[in-house]
Amino acid sequence: MNVLSQCWAVLAKDILLDLRGSSRLTAVLFFAMMTLLLFSFGSEPDPESMRRHAAGYLWLALLLSSVLALGESFRSEVEDEALEGLRLLPVDPRALFYGKALSNTLFLLVLATILLPLSLGLYGAEVRGSLTSLIGFIILGTAGLAAPGCLYAAMTSQARGQDVLLPLLLFPLVVPVLIACVKGTGLCLSGDAMGQASSLLSVVATFDLVYWSVCGLLFGKVIDE
Amino acid sequence: MAIKAPALQAENLARGYGDRWALSGLNLELAQGRSLLLAGANGAGKTTTLRLLATTLQPSEGSLRVFGVDSRHDPMTVRRHIALLTHRTQLYNELTASENLQVSARLMGLRRDSNRIPALLERVGLSSRSNDRARSFSAGMRKRLAFARLLLQDPQIILLDEPYGQLDPEGFVFVDNLVAQLLEEGRTLVLSTHLLERASSMLDSGLLLCAGRMAWVGPAKDLPTAFAATVSS
Repeated sequence: MNVLSQCWAVLAKDILLDLRGSSRLTAVLFFAMMTLLLFSFGSEPDPESMRRHAAGYLWLALLLSSVLALGESFRSEVEDEALEGLRLLPVDPRALFYGKALSNTLFLLVLATILLPLSLGLYGAEVRGSLTSLIGFIILGTAGLAAPGCLYAAMTSQARGQDVLLPLLLFPLVVPVLIACVKGTGLCLSGDAMGQASSLLSVVATFDLVYWSVCGLLFGKVIDE
Repeated sequence: MAIKAPALQAENLARGYGDRWALSGLNLELAQGRSLLLAGANGAGKTTTLRLLATTLQPSEGSLRVFGVDSRHDPMTVRRHIALLTHRTQLYNELTASENLQVSARLMGLRRDSNRIPALLERVGLSSRSNDRARSFSAGMRKRLAFARLLLQDPQIILLDEPYGQLDPEGFVFVDNLVAQLLEEGRTLVLSTHLLERASSMLDSGLLLCAGRMAWVGPAKDLPTAFAATVSS
């Protein structure tokens, strides 16, 4: 049994769990929508200012929601020590990590797909730049949140005060990806006259590569103790 | 003639938490097909011992060999031979009994068309509930499902931590029969329980732990007496 097949088995299990208990998506989606709405109250009632900040608000809503989503994803793993049960099997820890990270990336992608048109409508923004680049930022950005998020969620899942610890650990680490995604998405919305989006996409892709490889290596150590 | 490596061989195995030793100086050798009854008061180190043998806990000192394979160097190979039933049932509550087993089966690369899952659910008396979510099960049914998952692994070495816990009298008989079958099949078994009288008649040897150290080793049938003597002293 290779790592890829095991990874697929973990991903399939997580998708099944999400389909069974749709409460995770519903709860996180409502939280994200509330966040978007509250941000609009916090900014000046000026359409131009709202449009300018649309990308930032979208990514902040995704970041805050990712903490809830990741916490919930690992709650089912620790509720009855199910993750411990998987560890007792001859399963490569990298398969556990990549399966969980992929399922959380998919979850955040679904969330982002719903939030993007909502934020465009709410803040009166539109896609004036490249739609392909925008999709790229959404895919790579959510992957950049999911990988370190899974590592830290696993680390804090059995700790007291998990809800506080997870954002404290995760937020500083994902700042580079967040900044690049906010700037890149902003360019996709407002128009990218200087063609900067592609270089920002490379920045996000590079961080993703580092996160996904380093976190994959560390995950075994994290769940071993 | 080749000498077969023992199923389990622990040398000076120890596990500490900070400056406290949960287990120290455990020496153990169990040949394939033999069984061991593990006893001790609460906190004596029984669960730590089983987790160390299952490789889900790394030893602070000492070594563990499973069929001659060092658990530190090759834990994946070791885990192919070992299965552990813990206090917790380690199930996904939102998945059905059948799906819980399928998750393990897929991770172990078992064939999809295998009839093993229905057969195992039948064996543990849950075939009529195979499509019900684990959340709806009683504690005893959850334990039976955990047994089914353990059997799905088809391990050579089986570690049972309080297998009688949360079971009714009918469940006790179920565990007794299962243990007898597993021993008949030539599997190596380590069982930890407080029901010493019940388990001692089925198993070969006994080990009494006291405050994380080996306090007595001998035939399993003598373990209840040894335990009583330790408690009274």
